[in-house]
Amino acid sequence: MLDARAMIARGRRRDAAFNILGWACAVVVLSALAALLTNLCIQGLSRIDWQFLTSFPSRRPQQAGILSAWVGSILVILVTACTAIPLGVAAGIYLEEYARKNWFTTIIEINIVNLAGVPSIIYGLMALGLFVYQFHFGQSILSGGLTLAFLILPIVIVATREAMRAIPKHIREAAYALGATRLEVVRHHLLPYSAGGIGTGVIIGISRAIGETAPLVTIGALTFIAFLPPSPIVVDPALQIQPFKWIMSPFTVLPIQMFNWVSRPGEEFLKNAAAAGVVLMVVTLGLNAAAIVVRHRIRRRIKW
Amino acid sequence: MVTRGIGVEPRRTLPPLPRPEIPVSVSPTSIKPEPLGTPAPATPPATVKAEVQNLNFFYGTHQAVKNVSLRLLENHVTALIGPSGCGKTTLLRCFNRMHDLYPNTRYDGRIILNPGGINIVDRAVNPIEMRMRISMVFQKPNPFPKSIYENVAYGLRLRGLKSRSELEGRVEVALRGAALWDEVKDRLKKQAYDLSGGQQQRLCIARALAIEPEIVLFDEPTSALDPVATGKIEELMYELKSRLTIIIVTHNMQQAARVSDYTAFMYLGELVEVDQTAKIFQNPSKPLTEQYISGRFG
Ligand SMILES: Nc1ncnc2c1ncn2[C@@H]1O[C@H](COP(=O)(O)OP(=O)(O)OP(=O)(O)O)[C@@H](O)[C@H]1O
Ligand SMILES: [Mg+2]
Repeated sequence: MLDARAMIARGRRRDAAFNILGWACAVVVLSALAALLTNLCIQGLSRIDWQFLTSFPSRRPQQAGILSAWVGSILVILVTACTAIPLGVAAGIYLEEYARKNWFTTIIEINIVNLAGVPSIIYGLMALGLFVYQFHFGQSILSGGLTLAFLILPIVIVATREAMRAIPKHIREAAYALGATRLEVVRHHLLPYSAGGIGTGVIIGISRAIGETAPLVTIGALTFIAFLPPSPIVVDPALQIQPFKWIMSPFTVLPIQMFNWVSRPGEEFLKNAAAAGVVLMVVTLGLNAAAIVVRHRIRRRIKW
Repeated sequence: MVTRGIGVEPRRTLPPLPRPEIPVSVSPTSIKPEPLGTPAPATPPATVKAEVQNLNFFYGTHQAVKNVSLRLLENHVTALIGPSGCGKTTLLRCFNRMHDLYPNTRYDGRIILNPGGINIVDRAVNPIEMRMRISMVFQKPNPFPKSIYENVAYGLRLRGLKSRSELEGRVEVALRGAALWDEVKDRLKKQAYDLSGGQQQRLCIARALAIEPEIVLFDEPTSALDPVATGKIEELMYELKSRLTIIIVTHNMQQAARVSDYTAFMYLGELVEVDQTAKIFQNPSKPLTEQYISGRFG
């Protein structure tokens, strides 16, 4: 007869061992991350003040700031979001709900998943050829935003599809059985119920886009910008409304500014880089936290 | 306040719902009303609500419904029974063209819907038109993740009803019709998923009734419910049939005997026998039916 007690005891020991191993791995990873963050904060935190946030870059490190960088980051991301969200969600809906399942759509599907793994600099190269040389958008916010939009498009599409696929078949059937058209099913049911999943994907995509450097450098984003893009409304000398002029302006973004400072000699510039790094980290981690909250909220509201 | 504009008494007669234009195309195969099987005595002659004529249905190459012919009488309940996998659900879902949602499905034959004599399974007929007239209650309760009120109002909204007081009136009538009003009247804005399984199923029935369908298709509506909830739904069906026509798929022989006027026995995709329920259960004419009824297989 098998000794049940011995077997249980052995199982317990194995459980305990695995537990300890898991903990050890988690501790190593987390402490590495913590060390990195602390280091960044120790170097950079003291440098962050109002002056730092409201000054242009400068040759004198104490007077330099990240004004043009964070404004540039926000504007580029605005263009990215305005293109990637509608395009990605629409593509996701099309592939999931409308497209017939055949070899052609299967190839498209596989490629979209693969696109998410293409190195970002390749996107930069494509954008350089397409937006800068072909469409003559120049090294502008528009080119930069569109480049990042293409970069995160696969993330948005995949998130949309996963969120739609998670909606049970019987919910769709209930709506169709009442006489809803396909568009009504999408608008009244699939989109609202998948909003949490789509929102999470969008936020994760955007937080990735904020940290991207390589594709923007590739299309020729400048590293030293001491002016802001033209404001949509100008009062001086005469009232002028130019809502989209900023979109063609040259730009820089936070990670590029950071890269620029890191590559300069001198302790003081390194401090600036660390400070910009802290700002970037706060934004990215904040966005990821927002993604978790969104997902959690919607999950609690929608059950089936 | 949801009950605004409604007296204490439920308002049973609301003006008819706007329906999509139904093309009146009486086909030559139109119906001569004739009672089904052995004529039912004493009762006034029932009209044929729908007639299935030589219907075949295919999932890809697999034929799930084979040459079925069947009449549904208006204001009667017809039960579909048969062993698992014999094609009951498949046949039921032909009536509201649910199979159109999935690729590689094919109908062949006719289901004539009266009045109008439209062939439901004709590809040229818009399935949405049919779903506007025929509603369905599924095996598993499937309310939308919306409020109780919105669940019932949804079908009405789809039909373009916007007036709030009218919506509220119809939602109340439907919920009363599904014997759920008293249990939910104070929490119409609450999530439908907070209801019990039996209440959810009655909510789905209310949702199906709100649109004032001509036929309601029930696919094993009580298989996930306890006997009390089942009893409530069976009672409901008895009341409902004065206003509409019902088809119910069930695995429960007693249920078929209790709620239905006619019973159709299916086996391997074919319709073996259809007759008055009492006849099927007491004196079926086919030995196969007799075997199934007496529990010797399936
Ligand atoms: N989506 C589908 N694709 C292919 N074959 C299917 C599909 N759905 C059902 N079938 C097949 O069609 C036949 C009839 O299935 P159906 O669901 O209509 O049976 P049923 O009588 O409702 O059974 P049950 O009592 O178990 O619900 C079965 O052989 C089944 O395997
Ligand atoms: Mg079934």
